[in-house]
Amino acid sequence: MSGLTRKNTRYAPAGIDDAMTSDPGEAPEPQLPTLGARGWARWTWRQLTSMRVALLLLMLLAVAAVPGSVLPQRGQDPAKVLTYLGEHPTSGKWLDRLGLFGVYTSPWFSAIYLLLFVSLIGCILPRVAAHLRNLRGRPPRTPSRFARFPALASGTSTASPDDVADAVAAALRRRRLFRVDVGAEPAKDARPEIRTVAAERGYLRETGNLVFHIALVGLLISVASGQLLHYRGQALVTQGRGFANAVVDYDTFDKGAWFRPESLSPFSLTLDDFSSEFATDAVAFAQSRDFTASVTVTPAGGGTTSQHTIKVNHPLEIDGAKIYLQGNGFAPEVTVKDADGQVAFAGRVPFIPEDTMYTSRGVIKVPDVSAGLEQIGLTGYFLPTAQIDDDGSARSVFPQPTNPMLVLQVWTGDLGLDDGVPQNVYQLDTANMTAVTGDDGVRAQVIVKPGETVDLPDGLGTLTLGADVPRYVALDLRYDPSLAWVLTFALLALAGLGVSLFTPRRRVWLRTWALPDGGTHVELAGLARGDDTGLQGEVDRAFAAVPGLRPPPDDDADNYQEDPR
Amino acid sequence: MTLAQLGEVSTTLVWGALASLTIALVAFAVDLARRTDVRAEHRSKAVSTAAQRELVGAVTAGASAATPTPSAVAEPVETTPRRRAAGIAMSTTTLGAFLLLVGIVTRGIAAGRTPWANMYEFTLVGSFVAVTVFLIVNRLRDVQFLGAFVTGLAAVFLTMGLNVFYIAAMGVQPALQSYWLVLHVGVAITAAGVFTVAFTASVLQLLRTARDAGSGWLGTWHWLDRVPAPANLEALSFRLNAVGFVLWTFTIIGGSIWAEHAWGRYWGWDPKEVWSFVIWVVYAGYLHARTTRGWSGTRAAWFVVVGFACVIWNFTGVNLVFNGKHSYSGLN
Ligand code: HEM
Repeated sequence: MSGLTRKNTRYAPAGIDDAMTSDPGEAPEPQLPTLGARGWARWTWRQLTSMRVALLLLMLLAVAAVPGSVLPQRGQDPAKVLTYLGEHPTSGKWLDRLGLFGVYTSPWFSAIYLLLFVSLIGCILPRVAAHLRNLRGRPPRTPSRFARFPALASGTSTASPDDVADAVAAALRRRRLFRVDVGAEPAKDARPEIRTVAAERGYLRETGNLVFHIALVGLLISVASGQLLHYRGQALVTQGRGFANAVVDYDTFDKGAWFRPESLSPFSLTLDDFSSEFATDAVAFAQSRDFTASVTVTPAGGGTTSQHTIKVNHPLEIDGAKIYLQGNGFAPEVTVKDADGQVAFAGRVPFIPEDTMYTSRGVIKVPDVSAGLEQIGLTGYFLPTAQIDDDGSARSVFPQPTNPMLVLQVWTGDLGLDDGVPQNVYQLDTANMTAVTGDDGVRAQVIVKPGETVDLPDGLGTLTLGADVPRYVALDLRYDPSLAWVLTFALLALAGLGVSLFTPRRRVWLRTWALPDGGTHVELAGLARGDDTGLQGEVDRAFAAVPGLRPPPDDDADNYQEDPR
Repeated sequence: MTLAQLGEVSTTLVWGALASLTIALVAFAVDLARRTDVRAEHRSKAVSTAAQRELVGAVTAGASAATPTPSAVAEPVETTPRRRAAGIAMSTTTLGAFLLLVGIVTRGIAAGRTPWANMYEFTLVGSFVAVTVFLIVNRLRDVQFLGAFVTGLAAVFLTMGLNVFYIAAMGVQPALQSYWLVLHVGVAITAAGVFTVAFTASVLQLLRTARDAGSGWLGTWHWLDRVPAPANLEALSFRLNAVGFVLWTFTIIGGSIWAEHAWGRYWGWDPKEVWSFVIWVVYAGYLHARTTRGWSGTRAAWFVVVGFACVIWNFTGVNLVFNGKHSYSGLN
C-alpha cells in the first residue's frame, strides 16, 4: 500500500512510527509520482503534511528563534538596535537586511511557522475525520497470531472456552475503560472453534492529541487577531493631574491594523497620590518593595467617579482596557524668571531615574524669555537624597526624597524649537547653545532645594523650586480583545496534551479454544500506542479473570502455544 | 535566632546536603564499578535477557504472568554484601535530599517569601527536585544505575550555587510579589529537575547504544553493560520527559499570564521567553521524533541532550549574559 493510495479509514500522517496505525509491510514513504502536475501537487502536499517535515520545521523554528535573543530587537529595544548599528556599521547593515533585528516579524521566521501550521492543519483534518469514524467503530478484529505482540499471557483452564471468553470480556468491561467485542471463529478442518475477545481503550488519547493540535491553531489565530485589534498608549501623569483615554492624550500610541479610534472608551483618570517603599536593611538596601498609585476614574460620559489603586502585578481594568503602572519618578515644580523678572517658564518637569537610587536626569527648556534675551536650557539631575562629596560631585544615596536637591548646568542660545522638527523633551539640543561658565572658566552649576529661589549665573534670572516635589507615574494602557481566546486555547492545548500523553491507548485480545486432551487453552495479547509500561499489567489483569486456571506446568517463560492449525 | 542567622543556618544545611550527595555520588560510582566486577565474574553464565527486561519494566518483553517473574532467577548477586555501597549511596542521597529540603524551607523563612526567586535558590530547588524524582522513580522500579549521574549533577548544581550564584536571603521587588512566583517559577524548576533525571537516562541510552555498536572509546566502560537496554532507557526517559514537557507547557502559560499582569503583555520575546520557547519546541520535536519513522531511538535521545542543554542555558546564561526583564539573578 503506497502513501498515495492509503485507504482513508485508517489515516495516519506519512512517516509516523506507530504500532497501531501502520502495517509493518507498508512502504515507508510515498514513491515519486509519474502522474503529472496533479500527482506532483498531491505528492508535495503529502510531504508537507508528513511527520518528517513537521519535525524538520519544528527544528528550524527552534534554531530560527535563537538570534532574536542574541541581537537587539527593534520590537523590544529600538534604541539598542541603533547603538548596535552605530558600533558595527558594515556587519550591522547586513544583519539588518537579513531581518535579524526583527527576527520574530521577519519573512523567514514567519515562513517557518506558517508552513508548520499549514502542515499542522493538513495533518489534523484527515486525522479528525479518521478519529470520528474510529470513535463510532469497534475494536479491531482479533489477530490470528499473537507472537509479535509486546505483551502476552497464556495458560490452561478447566472452564469452557465460552466461559473464559465471557469472564474476560466481563472483566474488561468492568471499569468501563474498554470497548469490548466477543466473537468466534468457526471450526475449520482439524482446528476447533475459537472464541475471541477484542477490546480497546484510550480513544481519548487521540482526542486529546487532536484537541492539543487544534488548540495550537486556535492560539495562533487568537494571537494574530490580537495583533490586529490591539492598542497601547503610554502617558506620564503627575500627582493631582490626569489624562483622558484619547489618542492625543498619550505620549506614545501603538495600534494594530484593524484598530478604530472609536474603540477607545473616553473615560478619564486622575493620579491622586503615589507612594513607594524601599528596603532599608543592610542586605537589600534601597531595593524597591512596593509601588502604589491611587487614582480616581471618571467613567465615559461623566457619571460617578470611583477610586482605585494600581500596583505592579495589579493593573486596573476599565472598559476592557488595562492600565499598568510601568514606572515612576519625580517631577519637580520649577519656575524660571528671566533677566527682566518675567516668568519665562513655570511647570513640572519629569526627571527620569537612571539608577536604583533614583538619581534622575531631566531637562528644562525655557523658550519664552522676554524679547531680546537668549533662550535658556538647563540640564542636570534631581537627587531625592542628595549627598555632595568633597570633590563637589553630587549623587543620590536613597530613592526616597529625604534630602531632595536639583543640580543643574545652564546653557544659553537657541533651543532649536522653532524649526518645526519634533524634539525629544528629555534631551537638550545644544548645537546652537553655549554652556555658561563661571569666572574661573568652570561650568556654572545651580544647586537648589525645595522652597528655595536661587540666582542663575551671569544674571540670567532666577530659578525657584516648589516646596513639594510631586511624583509622577508612567502608565501604560493596553486593550487586547483576544486575551480571553489566547488563554482559552492555551489551556485547551495544555489539557489536550495531558490527556494525550497520559491516557494509555491499549488493545487486548483473547483467543481460547478447547484442547483435544481436555482443558481449555487461553492466550491473551496486548498492544499499546507508544511506550506503555502498564501494558503487561493490563494483560495480566485480564488473564487473572480467567476462571479455573491451572497452575503452570513449569517456569519456562515461553509456555505460549501457537495456534493449532 | 534572627532571620539573618537563620539564613546562615540554611546555607550550612545546603553545604551539608552537598557533602552528603557527594558521598552518595562516590558510593554509587563504587557500586556501578562493583556491578561490573560481578558481571565479569559471572560472564560465563550467560546473562539472562529476562534480567535486563525486568530492570525498567517489561516494555518489550513477552513475560507471562503465569510464570514466576524472572527477577527471582536472574540476579542472586544483587543481595550479596558487595551491594553495601548501594545502601550507603541510597541513604546518603535521602539524607542529602532531606538536608536540602530543610535548607530550602529555612531559606524561605529567612527571606520571608517563597524560596525560589534567584539563581542560587534555583540551584537548591532544582537539585532537590532532581534527587527527589530519582528517589520516587526508584521506589517504582530499580533505577539505581542513574544514582551516580543524578547525585553528580545535583552536586555540580549545588557547588555552582554556593560558590558562584550565592546571595544572602532577602525580599523581592514588586514585580516578583505575586503568587505566580510560587506557581510559575516553582513549576519551571520542577520541570528542570524532571528533565535532569530524564537527561541522565538518555545519555546512558546513547552511551549504551554506542557501546553495543562496538564504539572503540567506550571499550573499557564495562559498567555500561550493567545498565538496562537502550529501549528501556528510552522508555524511562520518555515517561519523565512527558511529565517535564507538560510542566514546561504550564510554565510558559503561567509565565505569560504573569507577564500580562506585571509587564502588560503576555509575550514579548524577552531573552528568557525566547529560550523557554526554544526549549518547548525542542521537546515538542523530541515527542515527534519518537513517533517518526527513522527518528526514534538514538536521534530522539539527541533531542533530549539538546533540550536539556537549552534548559541549563536558560537557567544560567540567559540570566547572566542577556539583559532582559528576567534578570533576577540578584548578582551584578
Ligand atoms: C505547531 C506545530 C506542532 C507542534 C508544536 C506539535 C507538538 C506535538 C506534541 C507536543 C506532541 C506530543 C503530545 C501528544 O501526543 O499530544 C505531538 C504529537 C503528534 N503530532 Fe504534533 N505538533 C505540531 C505539528 C504537527 C504536524 C504538522 C503533524 C502532522 C504531520 C503532527 C502530528 C502529530 C502526531 C501524529 C502526533 C502523535 C504522536 C503520538 O502518537 O504520540 N504534529 N505534536
